[in-house]
Amino acid sequence: MLLAPNLKLFLIEVGDLSRFVGHFFQQWFKPRYEVAEFFRQCYVIGYKSLPLIGLTAFIMGLVITMQLRPSMVEYGVESQLPVIVGIAIIREIGPVITALIFAGKIGSSIGAELGSMRVTEQIDAMEVSGTNPFKYLVVTRVFASVLMLPVLVLLGDAISLYGSYLGVNIRSTTSSYLFWTQIVNVLSFSDVLPAFVKSFFFGFAVGIIGCYKGYNSKKGTEGVGRSANSSVVLSSIMIFVIDLLAVQITDLLGLN
Amino acid sequence: MISDTNDNLKIENSAPDVAVLVIRHLYKSFGNNHVLDDFNLEMQKGESVVVLGRSGSGKSVLIKCVIGLLEPDKGNIELFGDDLTGISEEELDKIRAKVGFLFQSNALYDSMTVRENLEFPLRRHWIQVTQEEVNIMVLDALEDVGLAHTIDMMPVELSGGMRKRIALARTLILKPEIILYDEPTTGLDSITSKEIITLMRVIQEKYNTTSLIISHDMNCVHMASNRVVILVDGKCYASGTYQELEQSMDPKVKQFFE
Ligand SMILES: Nc1ncnc2c1ncn2[C@@H]1O[C@H](COP(=O)(O)OP(=O)(O)OP(=O)(O)O)[C@@H](O)[C@H]1O
Ligand SMILES: [Mg+2]
Repeated sequence: MLLAPNLKLFLIEVGDLSRFVGHFFQQWFKPRYEVAEFFRQCYVIGYKSLPLIGLTAFIMGLVITMQLRPSMVEYGVESQLPVIVGIAIIREIGPVITALIFAGKIGSSIGAELGSMRVTEQIDAMEVSGTNPFKYLVVTRVFASVLMLPVLVLLGDAISLYGSYLGVNIRSTTSSYLFWTQIVNVLSFSDVLPAFVKSFFFGFAVGIIGCYKGYNSKKGTEGVGRSANSSVVLSSIMIFVIDLLAVQITDLLGLN
Repeated sequence: MISDTNDNLKIENSAPDVAVLVIRHLYKSFGNNHVLDDFNLEMQKGESVVVLGRSGSGKSVLIKCVIGLLEPDKGNIELFGDDLTGISEEELDKIRAKVGFLFQSNALYDSMTVRENLEFPLRRHWIQVTQEEVNIMVLDALEDVGLAHTIDMMPVELSGGMRKRIALARTLILKPEIILYDEPTTGLDSITSKEIITLMRVIQEKYNTTSLIISHDMNCVHMASNRVVILVDGKCYASGTYQELEQSMDPKVKQFFE
């Protein structure tokens, strides 16, 4: 059977990843707390991703608006353009696109950084220097990802909507007051909250997968490249899986 | 003459002077690969022992067991009289603060400057240390290796030999009682190797440290050792001074000296 060895490898991988996640939950609350390193990671992971996330979010909002306009005009509901775009961005496109770009930028850099630290024995060197490398490297990065991604999503949403506002104004004119009140009036708690909550999980997925791949990197420079690459692939897939689960859960909770 | 170290182990620990490092019946395997297979070694204070073995014979595995980075399958390791088996993380850290480890690949932190690299073990092991003390110790350690001017450089800006010396300075900064060297001269040209070996000897005399050196560089073995231990098939195959082993007729010993 061709599938059997692959299936076995897949199950081993799932087992190893679960163990890694379990280890994370055992370790994160125990002292010593690496506060300084955590703040440094927030800066690196959050603040430094801002230009990229901002740019893509802006273009996204602008383009979606321009793409939707012809159909809206056709059905005579052009005035509802801000509402449709606003809902689409806040509920789905904002969190997912931001998370995917975050996975591409942060997932790969965590994977590569920890991977090269592993193969050049820097992680071992930390351990003999009285530092728990799991806490110092993994816990700080995962927490920084979990906290920074939702912030980036919120900022990205706002920038997207601004892009959308400009998109509306290319062909017709809306006052910004009208644009924003239209969106705010139609948005409800059940649009904003699930999207916000799921971005924490997206952040966790990106952080923990990047760390897992890097921390267990195989020897050699090829191993480092592979860690970076597979952490992007795996965390992107996980983002969609979590998205799928999130929509089911909000459905069950009647939040739709 | 060559003595089987298994006999040497019978020495009682009754002497007030406890051995710095004792390794007894150490076993370590990875799957079916039996890397260490009943390895024994004992080291006294101030001694400088070289472990000689072919590539892949398990030398790095051996010293990683000594520092607790790998857990042996069976056997005991005692450092300064404390057994490492089943020891807590805090206890292990206390022992590690007295042990220096020079990694085969140097393991300098790429994202930190030389100064931060040296500060790292200090700040981590000795929590109550002031910035002034840290500055003095960092400069001292860099002066010991003759590289005080590189203090604000990044590791990538340094040559291989300089990186090795910075790694050595980082090892020295805690004034360890024993230093474990994993192939300190591999990948360096012969002149730089000699400089590193000389430096190791100077440090050994200055701080009266004990050294466990892993090597297959005969120059290093000749210059740096009081005693040589040959690692073959996971065992301590032979031990003696360089001169004793050099005269040996045993083919497995002879191959190293050709
Ligand atoms: N973490 C590990 N997992 C599996 N096998 C390992 C691991 N570490 C070492 N080995 C195996 O143990 C054996 C000894 O490796 P080790 O690195 O100790 O060799 P060495 O004597 O230091 O060689 P070199 O002189 O090339 O550094 C090798 O066969 C290696 O494949
Ligand atoms: Mg080695």
